[in-house]
Amino acid sequence: MAFGAFATGTAREQGPRRKSRIALLLLLPGILYLMLFFLVPLVSLVLTSLQEPAPMGDIGEYQTAFKWENYVDVIGTYGEHILRSFIYAILATIFALLFSYPLAYFIGVKARRWPLVQNLLLVLVIAPFFISFLLRTLAWKSILSDEGVVISGLKALSLMAPDAHFTGTGAAVVFGLTYNFIPFMTLPLYSTLERLDTRLLEAGGDLYSKPSTTFFKVTIPLSMSGIVSGVLLTFIPAAGDYINASRNFLGGSGTAMIGNVIESNFLVTLNYPAAASLSIILMAVILVMVTVYVKRSGTEDLL
Amino acid sequence: MAKPLPEDPFIRDLVLRAQRAQLSRRTMLKGAGVGAAALTLAACSTGAQDKPKPAEDISDTDKTVRWDNWALYLDVDDDGNYPSLEGFEKQTGIKATYTEAVDDNDTYYGKVKDQLKLGQDIGCDVVCLTDWMIARWIRFGYGQELDRTRMPNVESNLVDALKNVDFDPGRKISIPWQGGFAGIAWNKDEIPEGLTSVSDLWDPSLKGRVGVLSEMRDTMGCIMQDLGTQIDGNWGDAEFTAAIDVLQKQVTDGQIRNIKGNSYKEDLVNGDTLAAIVWSGDITQLNAEAGEHWDFAVPDKGGTLWNDNFIVPIGSGHKKNAEDLINYYYDPEVAAMVAAWVNYIPPVKGAKEAMMDLDPELADNQLIFPSDATLANTHLFRTLSAAEEQKYATQFQAILLGA
Repeated sequence: MAFGAFATGTAREQGPRRKSRIALLLLLPGILYLMLFFLVPLVSLVLTSLQEPAPMGDIGEYQTAFKWENYVDVIGTYGEHILRSFIYAILATIFALLFSYPLAYFIGVKARRWPLVQNLLLVLVIAPFFISFLLRTLAWKSILSDEGVVISGLKALSLMAPDAHFTGTGAAVVFGLTYNFIPFMTLPLYSTLERLDTRLLEAGGDLYSKPSTTFFKVTIPLSMSGIVSGVLLTFIPAAGDYINASRNFLGGSGTAMIGNVIESNFLVTLNYPAAASLSIILMAVILVMVTVYVKRSGTEDLL
Repeated sequence: MAKPLPEDPFIRDLVLRAQRAQLSRRTMLKGAGVGAAALTLAACSTGAQDKPKPAEDISDTDKTVRWDNWALYLDVDDDGNYPSLEGFEKQTGIKATYTEAVDDNDTYYGKVKDQLKLGQDIGCDVVCLTDWMIARWIRFGYGQELDRTRMPNVESNLVDALKNVDFDPGRKISIPWQGGFAGIAWNKDEIPEGLTSVSDLWDPSLKGRVGVLSEMRDTMGCIMQDLGTQIDGNWGDAEFTAAIDVLQKQVTDGQIRNIKGNSYKEDLVNGDTLAAIVWSGDITQLNAEAGEHWDFAVPDKGGTLWNDNFIVPIGSGHKKNAEDLINYYYDPEVAAMVAAWVNYIPPVKGAKEAMMDLDPELADNQLIFPSDATLANTHLFRTLSAAEEQKYATQFQAILLGA
């Protein structure tokens, strides 16, 4: 299962091969839970995505059917939004990785000598979790507003055109996504880098490799499981995020992501089949991208 | 002899479905899911059904009423109590629970629609929603018919203009709570010369600093009137599309920066928006809270007029208590007390006179007690048919999503 990827890659112990009733019994609550809260909603979602408007029906009235054209319709209408979602999510993941790796490396490797600093920095990474995600995003919105210090400062220094603005643009959305998911990237990276054996880095140096070569040939491969976990934890929720891109937060009318389209179809136009087919498409694309990514990054054993 | 059907509407519905048991391709498809899935489907099915039946009224034995309303929509004192509601409890002995549960017509509807369809209790006995959403509830039979003889204040004090509306002739199911205008507002410090019409918002000097509302009827109503359409008249696709084209162009050109619901106020305060299509009462409140920076005007070619209305959900067992509550708020003095705080238009005759005693300055405020001339220039957006609602909402949402 893909969830295995979030574990930090130690070899699994072989369990007893005999069939055991107790094991089944212990699994039962989990299986029932998944059936009730994952499988049933999924089946219901698939069936909704194939519904057609009820004849003579009022707004939001649909009946069971096999209208697979719904999928073609939403891809035609919202293809741009689907593409935009994944571009934003990929950009945010890359930025979060570039930002988090040095940070996690510093906390996990360089700061080993000072446990107090290490703990303090970890608290700083986790601290934003204590404040609501929505509040943090709203705070950024007012910090980055036209009349705020940042933007008016940039304008005063002529680094931004006088009539330019930041909130409501795609850059603001990617910024918000990156910011909000940095802890999800930093923590898994930290947990692998913390156990990095620094003697291996010394060995690299002893064998006349440049520090950069050691980094790419030793450090990166050893921290791969952290990178994969961090990327998955960032990319999957970022692709489906609808808060940052919402017009009420950092986005504008040109930045809607697939989550915003689903929200609008579900709540405003009451087009449930379109919302359901978009959700299924989102899940399917994420599943394919994650599978390919995990295979390419050579960590299949994590799946 | 047939067994009587169970009381619970949800179980009754399931039993009825089982009795029908038509083995068509459709039911086969439903049966394809596991048993539990079929149960979920029955609960979520959105197919056309019979209208739900009103719940039994237990008001006589249970003296409570639960009221769902929008934020900042009832007078509140510094301790967070609602003085007018406390007056109601004292007068009637009915315990009222007030919840700011309505954030938006659409999200509220999304939250309660499945229970309404089954005639179940949605956790409130009276709720205030906007005209067009009330029209939808009435079409689906989600509101209980009110007994006007139990509401003498409503009978005598409801303003004439609102006694008859196309979605509820004779006001049998809905009673107005507060009304307001959508018009234009601007930042007085940045635009000292002011604005007069919606087209002034498209001035190049305001590029990227203009906001419009995500409430379709208010934004489109203002733009359509600017193009010369009578929005309460008999217009059609051509007029709507012409206004959509204007909106699309202004969004594409970057003239309109944002299209928002209630949160547009933050943008006015932080300066992202300098001029916008807004709701009248908000500007009075905003000026009181954040300094006198904004002015409001009904556009010269017309603004929109809307009302939020009380409705008693079909599954509520406290209709009589809810009627008492509505009746209480039609007392002119109570209406003035609320209007002094919320700054919207009370639909109650005599509220202006009562306001004279309370706060003479507010009694002259055109946004709370509009003159006939102001009212003549604001119009209700005509009620749309189900098909029109779907079509126009989709067109409007497409712009919001930048499709």
